[in-house]
Amino acid sequence: MKQLLGVILLAFSGLVMASGGGVHLDKAPVDLHDKESLKRGAETFANYCLSCHSADYMRYNRIGRDLGWSDVEVSDKLISTRGADGEKTKVGQLMKVAMNNDYSSVAFGTKIPGLTVIARARGADWLYTYLRTFYLDDSRPMGVNNLAFKDVGMPHVLWEQQGLQKAVFKTVEGEDGNEKHIFEKMEIVQPGSMTAEEYDAFVGDLVNFMVYMGEPVQLERKSLGIKVLVFLFIFAIVAYLLKKEYWKDVH
Amino acid sequence: MFKNLMTWVDARFPATKMWNEHLAEYYAPKNFNFWYFFGSLALLVLVIQIVSGIFLTMHYKPDGSIAFASVEYIMRDVPYGWLIRYIHSTGATAFFVVVYLHMFRGLMYGSFKKPRELVWLFGMFIYLALMAEAFMGYLLPWGQMSFWGAQVIISLFGALPIIGEPLTLWIRGDYVISDATLNRFFALHVIALPLVLIGLVVAHIIALHEVGSNNPEGIEIKKNKDENGVPLDGIPFHPYYSVKDIVGVIVFLMFFSLVLFFAPEGGGYLLEHANFIPSDPLKTPEHIAPVWYFTPFYAILRAVPDKLMGVIAMGLSIVVLFLLPWIDQCKVKSIRYRGMSFKILLVLFVIAFIALGWLGMQPATPLLTMLAQIFSVIYFGFFIALYFTSKNEATKPVPERITK
Repeated sequence: MKQLLGVILLAFSGLVMASGGGVHLDKAPVDLHDKESLKRGAETFANYCLSCHSADYMRYNRIGRDLGWSDVEVSDKLISTRGADGEKTKVGQLMKVAMNNDYSSVAFGTKIPGLTVIARARGADWLYTYLRTFYLDDSRPMGVNNLAFKDVGMPHVLWEQQGLQKAVFKTVEGEDGNEKHIFEKMEIVQPGSMTAEEYDAFVGDLVNFMVYMGEPVQLERKSLGIKVLVFLFIFAIVAYLLKKEYWKDVH
Repeated sequence: MFKNLMTWVDARFPATKMWNEHLAEYYAPKNFNFWYFFGSLALLVLVIQIVSGIFLTMHYKPDGSIAFASVEYIMRDVPYGWLIRYIHSTGATAFFVVVYLHMFRGLMYGSFKKPRELVWLFGMFIYLALMAEAFMGYLLPWGQMSFWGAQVIISLFGALPIIGEPLTLWIRGDYVISDATLNRFFALHVIALPLVLIGLVVAHIIALHEVGSNNPEGIEIKKNKDENGVPLDGIPFHPYYSVKDIVGVIVFLMFFSLVLFFAPEGGGYLLEHANFIPSDPLKTPEHIAPVWYFTPFYAILRAVPDKLMGVIAMGLSIVVLFLLPWIDQCKVKSIRYRGMSFKILLVLFVIAFIALGWLGMQPATPLLTMLAQIFSVIYFGFFIALYFTSKNEATKPVPERITK
């Protein structure tokens, strides 16, 4: 019986390995306790992402409350939009997109996704890889392609920081005999304002913020969970002793 | 004072009588083990789901254009809305975990056998209603997996000859999953099916208390009564099992909290990653898989090459469970006194069920489909083999009284 189970488990583990694949994802440096990183990420997000993408399940002042900014600071650092009445967007409002959505659909040929919960859909590592692997590709309308998201419609917004790079592929023969192009490395064609390490940290902060924004309550959730478990543990002891006392006379 | 009040009430409503019949003088076998926690736990989860569901209903909007946003509103702007939402989403999984363990208990100790056939049948109808409840609830977050999961499952009805297409149209209320579908699923999820569930649970418990509980020995305790008609091997449910079940409840809540507070997404198996993208009728996700509690049946569906035959096989895989009291003809109830053939069959059945559950989550490759076919055969083979072997099984003698 045990041997049979072993064989089955072995067969399955092999299958799991075989079904993996796709692009290699780099590990994102996510640390939600690092408030300074989250603040830097929030500013980057507001300056670079929010002009085309919305984050409209999230309110500006929630960021301030969680990361330690006053309402005035939130308004100064994160808000650059005005309402139809010309008034500056209030801190209690949702983080709506600056660009008109009808225009963006025409300009980029696709509906631009909202980013509030994108980290929960794509995962931090995917975002971290995606934002660092734009490479030059003349065949694309925006002049760039992406390793993590093939033929993506988005331009390389952060090219001034990262610079422009080209991807070097090597050709190998696959198991099925067909030739395959496998990514080998990136080569910088035109340097940006940041070194590679600086850029990684810059994107790391941004991804960290997006993970926070995906579920702002994450840290509170875990700390409440510990309290609940401690309470339940004590309750379990009391309940067990009560049960033991009652069951003394059952034989 | 209290005594006078109860006398006044009892003259008008059988409060004390019901208390005694179902708790204080309901005699349960004294040898319940670990497996007997899951019935009361299922009742607890039902209450958790109803209460958390009521609070979610106060904030959720069943409207295709804002449903997704209203869930995020609950997660962010409603005080402790995230907690209520995760209680409800974790509760759905917990419900199926305890119900599957509860059903397995019944299988193992023969709790579905005479005179408890109706207890089993009511239980199976509860399971069916629960599947419908979970399926409709999963549409409500209105994410990609909500949308496409529902699309796939509803389209299964389309495989039926003649009535298929009109039936899917009738279920959806539209040619595709749409606002109309969302609205009716909401109505069914928050009121229609919960009413059915509660009614069935009441029937399940009334039927159980009429015939009395089975136990790990499979001995009928009502055969041996003292001069007052109290079973010699029975103890009053309250206080003995009420205090025991409290321990079970606390331990269960600890596991529940571990998921709820530390892994509410369950690694993408409880809240699927693609469901954090709002539903989009124009973009099909790369890989559509139902939530884990449906995957064994989904694997059976996909194992059959023909769509209609697959739907029939899936339907049969559930129908056959209803027939268990008549398939298993062995007079001995508990696995403890049953023959080797039953033990082997049950182990194979459990392996097949878990393997099918895993396979139902994977993309269908030729190899995996072949495995799903093998395990589907084992799944059905369990019932067929049981029908033929159970009559003349080499059983051990069952004791008269409960001694262990």
